[in-house]
Parts: sequence; structure tokens; C-alpha cells
Amino acid sequence: MSIAIVDCGIGNIRSIANAIESLGQTPIIAGTPSQLESATKIILPGVGAFPDGMRALVEGDWPEHLDQHVRHKGKHFLGLCLGMQLLATTGTEHSSCSGMGWIAGSVELLCTNDPTLRVPHIGWNNVFPTGEHKMYDGLVEDSCFYFVHSYVFKPTDSRVISATCHHGTEFAASIAFENIWATQYHPEKSQQAGLTVLRNFLEANV
Amino acid sequence: MLKKRLIPVLLLRNGKLVRSESFKIHQIIGDPIHEVDRFNQWNVDELIYLDITREGAYDDHRPDHKIRGFTDSLTILDAVSKTCFMPLTWGGRIINVEDMCKRINRGADKITINTAAYRSPQLIEQGARTLGSQAIVVSIDAVRHDDNTLAVVIDGGRERTAREPADWAKEVEARGAGEILLQSVDRDGKGTGYDLDLISSVASAVSIPVIACSGVGVYEQYAAGIEAGASAVAAANIWHFKELSDRNAKRALARAGVDVRI
Repeated sequence: MSIAIVDCGIGNIRSIANAIESLGQTPIIAGTPSQLESATKIILPGVGAFPDGMRALVEGDWPEHLDQHVRHKGKHFLGLCLGMQLLATTGTEHSSCSGMGWIAGSVELLCTNDPTLRVPHIGWNNVFPTGEHKMYDGLVEDSCFYFVHSYVFKPTDSRVISATCHHGTEFAASIAFENIWATQYHPEKSQQAGLTVLRNFLEANV
Repeated sequence: MLKKRLIPVLLLRNGKLVRSESFKIHQIIGDPIHEVDRFNQWNVDELIYLDITREGAYDDHRPDHKIRGFTDSLTILDAVSKTCFMPLTWGGRIINVEDMCKRINRGADKITINTAAYRSPQLIEQGARTLGSQAIVVSIDAVRHDDNTLAVVIDGGRERTAREPADWAKEVEARGAGEILLQSVDRDGKGTGYDLDLISSVASAVSIPVIACSGVGVYEQYAAGIEAGASAVAAANIWHFKELSDRNAKRALARAGVDVRI
């Protein structure tokens, strides 16, 4: 198995690499799309605003290569935080902007409908898997994950949501569609619960 | 339900961890990496690391302290993020967006700016545009005048401004800050509890989360910070001088009815 972490300058690459290393794998930090060739699994991390994130992907010629490896060759993919949001059709942070369009839906500001609930949504919150999914094998009940975001992914087809979270309103904590997995929370910073999800990603055959 | 966070703050000065009092007295207390290992084992909610170094020379060559010497804070960040599986906010010596990106790339989840944001407020907008608001924490240091009014101070407490903390907090929110780290010079290192009026004035002025800091001397004082409107309670010194400072503080918060992650 060979895991590539996409490095297009928008992510906390070091954190995710450290977490993968702690699980006994040595990831490739892919600075160019050609480095995805030998990878069997691909992680797209992301910290940033939607338009800047998309621009960084396009400038590095990533979308068509990721499309090739993930959607055509079927390599197992994990998007993290902004790396999940960029899979949407459109983003609305700062301005309207096209995403990679792998999962139909839009990325919108989290509206809590409650002035006492603050945005950004920062901190540890409960995550509720929507059914049995390999992503959450072995997860301890009532587990909390670490979130730090203002925007949420609203998929057109809610069946792709593999777990939900509540902050005034219910939103997608994670997505799973065939070989495409993604989380709004940061598994690499979510201690034991997060390492469980990352281990499941490394071990699953999809 | 989003939990209230309990956060240790580590202060780094010339490559060493220090304890601080009134923003003026700094005593060396330890190794910058060792403490992170300990917090990691405890699964603390989050960690804030502030580099408060002033002098140009970074390593002050004190082999008598038997502490690893580091030549710059980015090397320390690299070492910290190697062992840090918890959310990390990094502050100090950040003056432009490039500095912010460097720290995020090296493992920080959020960055915090203080004096640079006050002197060039557009830096907040630039940071939010590139990294998103959720990654931009603006630190606000406040001082209480003799007539009990509050004012923002910058440059590590050395320069007083005419601005009220709540007023400045509103502006940083409007410019795109995602969170506020609120400290009080008067309470720093005193152990007499938070300045609750300060916390409540800032928390009620904004709708972004506020992290309360400065003044906690006993665990029972944390809960009052939450009651005053903070989304997270932080402290520095108490984490170094007490046993089981995470677990016991969490228990005290839970006893006071605060929803925390245990």
C-alpha cells in the first residue's frame, strides 16, 4: 500500500503525515500530480478559504489528475475539512466559486439559528454515524471529533452523508460515496476517535 | 453538543518555556517539547503556543538549565507538531500572510496575531481570505485603568492604546477573525481568577468564540469564565505547577455544570 498526501500549499500537511506515520505507514507528500501514479490511496487535506483552495488545486493541475486516479481508476480517496468541501459543485465563501464537482451540492455558511451558538464552529462535538459504514468500524459510542470551520457541505443527495453533527442545525460531519470518503472534522487532530477513522481508511478495501 | 474547551497556553521565550506575571516577569520553567508530550498523553482539548521572544538572539545559551536549545520558533513548531495529535494554535512573530501559511503548513491548525493585527488591521482580512476565518485568532490584551475603564495594550503590554477591548473585538470580527484570545495584563500570573467583566464585555460584543485567559489560580475559577460568556477557558501557569491539571480542571468544570469532554 502506498498513501499519497496532496500538497498544493493549502493544508496542514505535517499534521496528517504525522498521524499516518503513527499508524505505521510512510506517506508520500505529493507536490506534483505525477507523484500520484504509484499511490493506492490519496488524501486531500485542506485548511483555507474555498476560492483560494480551488485556485491552488487548479494552478497545480490537480483536478484532472485527481479525477483520473480517483473517479476513473477508483483509488481510495479521503478529503479532510476544506478537502471535503472542494468536492462540491459550488462554494459560496467570499464569492461563488466552482468546486471539483465530484459530489453534487454546495458549501454554505453554517447558520445555527441561535445567537448563543457561535460561528466558526470550533471545538469537540459528537458525531453520529448514519448507518453501518466501514469508516466508523470500531468507533467508541459517544465519540467526539475536533471541528474548526464556518462553512458546511450540503450534498444534493443526503444518502452520501455517512455521519452528522449538530451545531444549531444538523450538518454533514462526513461523506462516503463508493471510494470517495471525506470528513468535515479533523481526524488527524481528533486523538483516538480520529485515529480510528484514519486506520479504517488505511485498512478498507473499497 | 459542542463542548466547552479547556486549553493550556505555553509561553515560549528565547527557546525556553516560561511562566509569566504581569507580562513583565518571566521565569524559565522547562523544555518546549516535553510539556507537549505530556498534554498529548492527557488528550487535552487544544493547545495554544505563544512565542513571546523579544530579543533578536533566540537561544540564550543556558546549558545550566539542561534544556534543548533551538535556534528559531519554526524548528520548535516542527518538533511540537511531530508529537502533537491535538489541535494547535500558534502565535508570535507573525507579521504577514506568508508567516501564517508557514505555520499552518508545519502543523498549526490556527494562527494568532496581536500587535501586527492592531497596527495593520487589514492583515486580519488578508489572513481570512487565504486561510478562512476559522484559522485566524486575534489575541487581545487588556489592561484596567485606575478609574476601572479597560484599554487594549499591544507589544506584549508595553504600549497602551485608547481602544476599548469590546470595541476592538467588534472590529476584528467584522474584518474576518474567527476567534478571540482574551488576556488581562492585571490578572496575568496572579491566580486571583479571571477578569469576568472584561470577558463578558467582549463575549457579548461579538458572535465569534472567545477564549478566556489570565488569572486562574485554582480549578474552580475556570467555570466562571464560561458563565461570563467564553466558549473556551485557558490558562498558563496552573498547568505547570499542579498534578493532573487537565483531569482535575475538567472535573471541576463538570461539577459546576459545564459540558466538557472527559
